[in-house]
Amino acid sequence: MANAQGSAANDKAVDGLRAWDSVYSVLTFPRCINCHTATNYPQQGDDRHRHFANVVRGPDGKGVAGLNCATCHQEKNSDATGVPGGHNWHLAPLSMRWQDVNDRILSSAAVCRAVVDRAKNHGLDGPGLLKHHEEEALVLWAWSPGVRPDGTMRSLPPMTHSQFVAATRRWVSAGTPCPVSK
Amino acid sequence: MTTYQLSVNGERKDVDVDPTTPLLWVLREELKMTGTKYGCGIGACGACTVHLAGIATRSCVVPVSLIGSRAIVTIEGIGNDPVGRVVQDAWVETDVVQCGYCQSGQIMTAVALLKDKSKPTDTNIEESMGGNLCRCGTYMRIREAIKTASAQLR
Amino acid sequence: MRALIRAATDRKLSRRTFLRVSGTAAGGLFVGLHFDLPPLLREKQGAPKVYPPEAFVHVMPDGRIAIVVNRVELGQGVATALPMILADEMDADWSQVSAELAPAADVYKDPVYGFQNTGGSATIANSFLQYRELGAKTRAMLVSAAADRWHVAPEQCRTANSVVYGPGNRSARYAELASAAARLPVPEKVRLKNPSEFRLIGKRIRRLDGRAKSVGAQKFGLDLNLPGMLIAVIARPPLFGARVKAFDDREVRTMSGVRDVFEIPLMTGSAVAIVADRFWTAKRARDRLKIEWDLAGVERPDSAELFTRYRQLARTVGTVAVNRGDEGAMDRISTSNRIVAEYQLPYLAHTPMEPLNTTIRFDGDSAEAWAPSQFPGYDQAAIAQVLGLKQQKVTYHVEFAGGGFGRRQSFDSHVQREAAEIAKRMRGTPVKVIWTREDDVQGGYYRPMFVHRVEVGIGGDGMPAAWKHVVVGQSYLAGTPFESLLIKNGVDFDAIGGTEDTPYLIPNFRVSAHHPKVSVPPSQWRSVGYSHNIFVIETLIDELATRAETDPIAYRLKLLPPNALRLRAALAILEQKSGWRKNLPPNRAVGIACTQYQGTAVACAAEVAIENKRPKIMRVSVALHCGLAVNPLSIENQFQGGLIFGMSQLLPKGVITLKDGRVEQRNFDRLAPPYIGDAPLRIDVHIVPSAEPPTGCGEPPVPVISPAVVNALARLTGKRYRSLPLLAL
Repeated sequence: MANAQGSAANDKAVDGLRAWDSVYSVLTFPRCINCHTATNYPQQGDDRHRHFANVVRGPDGKGVAGLNCATCHQEKNSDATGVPGGHNWHLAPLSMRWQDVNDRILSSAAVCRAVVDRAKNHGLDGPGLLKHHEEEALVLWAWSPGVRPDGTMRSLPPMTHSQFVAATRRWVSAGTPCPVSK
Repeated sequence: MTTYQLSVNGERKDVDVDPTTPLLWVLREELKMTGTKYGCGIGACGACTVHLAGIATRSCVVPVSLIGSRAIVTIEGIGNDPVGRVVQDAWVETDVVQCGYCQSGQIMTAVALLKDKSKPTDTNIEESMGGNLCRCGTYMRIREAIKTASAQLR
Repeated sequence: MRALIRAATDRKLSRRTFLRVSGTAAGGLFVGLHFDLPPLLREKQGAPKVYPPEAFVHVMPDGRIAIVVNRVELGQGVATALPMILADEMDADWSQVSAELAPAADVYKDPVYGFQNTGGSATIANSFLQYRELGAKTRAMLVSAAADRWHVAPEQCRTANSVVYGPGNRSARYAELASAAARLPVPEKVRLKNPSEFRLIGKRIRRLDGRAKSVGAQKFGLDLNLPGMLIAVIARPPLFGARVKAFDDREVRTMSGVRDVFEIPLMTGSAVAIVADRFWTAKRARDRLKIEWDLAGVERPDSAELFTRYRQLARTVGTVAVNRGDEGAMDRISTSNRIVAEYQLPYLAHTPMEPLNTTIRFDGDSAEAWAPSQFPGYDQAAIAQVLGLKQQKVTYHVEFAGGGFGRRQSFDSHVQREAAEIAKRMRGTPVKVIWTREDDVQGGYYRPMFVHRVEVGIGGDGMPAAWKHVVVGQSYLAGTPFESLLIKNGVDFDAIGGTEDTPYLIPNFRVSAHHPKVSVPPSQWRSVGYSHNIFVIETLIDELATRAETDPIAYRLKLLPPNALRLRAALAILEQKSGWRKNLPPNRAVGIACTQYQGTAVACAAEVAIENKRPKIMRVSVALHCGLAVNPLSIENQFQGGLIFGMSQLLPKGVITLKDGRVEQRNFDRLAPPYIGDAPLRIDVHIVPSAEPPTGCGEPPVPVISPAVVNALARLTGKRYRSLPLLAL
């Protein structure tokens, strides 16, 4: 059996990985992953189908002239017309893709590696990631995603925002461990 | 009902409407400006396209409560813009329209494209115009008219 | 002067008129309706029909000339072409000409069909001579007025650009002569121009409404604004035919701007109308309205279940429509020399860009209505019926339409009937009924779904030696006033049009049909029966050509009779203009398809690649023979647009499906017609030069693109696709 110190470190790593599981379950939920595509288009809906009207990524993830994200998406949700909105609505950069080019969700290990890679994540360290999860407008949007054009409420991630932040905190304090391989 | 002060084609317009009213219906019913069209109501067809602070915007999905002081330009006003005028002339010269119902939106979108890129490639055209629906299928001539307009722009 | 031939009324045709469906002209929106005229009038068929010029031409004092168009402008260009024809014979100054759309009135009936309609790609074919005569007569009257004034003979005068010139240096503008001319009798006979004298006809003339439509100035039906006008939206049942059981409008009635909420009957079932002072209010009220529907026992059509049922039916001979040759011939052909093919074609929606709308004001003893409509007379009669008025007490204005494709006409005038029910309740106030896009996508009146089962026996020469064809699908016309015209012995000829009348020389040919009854209301979609029949025929012909190792154009030329002149000419021009198909890059293939629809022959070659498991149409060359090309620019537009319209049924999200009674698509999010990215990069159009009487161009291009693409795919993949839409290849 490992000694007490090793065991505590192990426990923390194990707890960190469990925390990451929770984080991963939110990141790969449709409200989040629909804008973390590997393709030149966003997805929409719980079934993550290609966004209608042929909208494209564009050079900065904001669409193209004539068909920007802002062509429809404003600063706030428009529940009466079923269009979600939030500050600076845009696609996550390709470095933050959490799917492959065939729209298949990447493994927990692959997403974790991408999220912690400071070359890919705009230089965010652990605390930076925590702050991002806690305060970024488009992250917060996932918990008030508004109403669809058919009048129904969009589905929410599998835990509350507070729980997501708490899980992130645990994962960060464990040193942002990632599952191995794949 | 709430009163909003809007800037439409350079003029101030005051309207008294329900805050959720999309800009499209404010234009059409309060201001009687019917050049901007209702095609789907969910932003999928582009017939309702106006410019809002210079950005092509689908007015059917934007509630009047989110407009603020951003300047609105519609098809009725785009002819006062040098790029707008060139585009409209190109549309007429190329005999683009058939039923014409989608064309206000097509033109507003094309103007946004050409103001961003005066020499768009085929890919630029396909991407920027890719969300404007024309059931009459005037796409061949839309492409041609954009190229004609482009040739006239510096 | 009274018309020599009294056009058939909107109601029942007299027993003496019956339909003769001509071999080459069946199918289509009102196709091949050659009303057999009573014997008394038959010998006068060649005589000019008399239409009073004053109903068609208004020469104004300032020189402007308004020409009244007896059709609705749907985008197809009739509001330019008909004025061109009239203005040419009239020698009018084209720069002064404008077009107006005629309201519902007898004088605006189609001179061949006998009722007011826009459809069947028949406008130019049926009104070409009519408008020429109107122009020539108007000119003659203006010349007579000048000749009278100058005391010279009319023969001493000539005309050009709205001016009459007389001997010496005399001249007078049409505007000056108009009132004097209007007092003169309308000549019975006039000389029409020799085609060499045409100044407008045959030229590439830009549309009259082009600028208005490019600056947002063109008004459509939906744009109508009247003082005191209210807006109505209709909460429709979730299943076709269901009725309202109860509704609770207490909350909705407290919404500011809501005026009334009440039940109205539909063609089947019932709905709830909400009337408000603004569209947005009406729509929000409808969203909040609590309605309980009576769904007990209501049919629940389901696409998958229907296809299964149709496929079963298709294995049995239906009601026979055509049976020529030897029924036993197929048995003598070995099975290895037969093709058995089963096709599944889905429901298709028209979705013109302008949603359906009608505005009506009912005043108690009269009414006024405005709508973009392909059947103004029928609509007028329907409104009158609902309001308890005589037909002539309803003034029916025809508005410019934001697309039609067949959706602006229906035999039951359901859009107008519903609007009349609402106008009746809101008496004295004009009410505009607006269908939202959801109402349109889910509202039925689709091109029905069809299954075809075809057995082809191949002769030793590689040509078809026997052909047994079963078509299964709803009848378009059952239960309509036209049932007696196009349903013969239980078979709906609109549903088998394109097959039963194929010009190909196919011996031992039997066509039969089953017409299941389904609660989904059917309608005529641009090119009607040809939209599916030509898909079947042209893909099978292609398969035969491949088996016979013969070029697909050559094979078709072999299979056509010598006298299929227009088709032969179109195929010949296509052969000439599609030399590119011999030099294709790798991974590209070409597919050929042709048809003749309402007299116009079309042949196309589509170059296809496969990108991301989907067909990408790179280029299309299309050749056509429509007789005299009145406006080649307009024709080019129609053919480019019609091909793109026709490809809707190839797209995975381009069709309508039903599941357990409900339409699965709601709007353009899940129903995606072709966008610019779906369109080919090039469509070149080639018109066979001709001076023959013109035929139409609105529908002919639609049926050929889908089979051409699928024929190309057969070369790329080795697979024959017989189910539409095309899913991942």
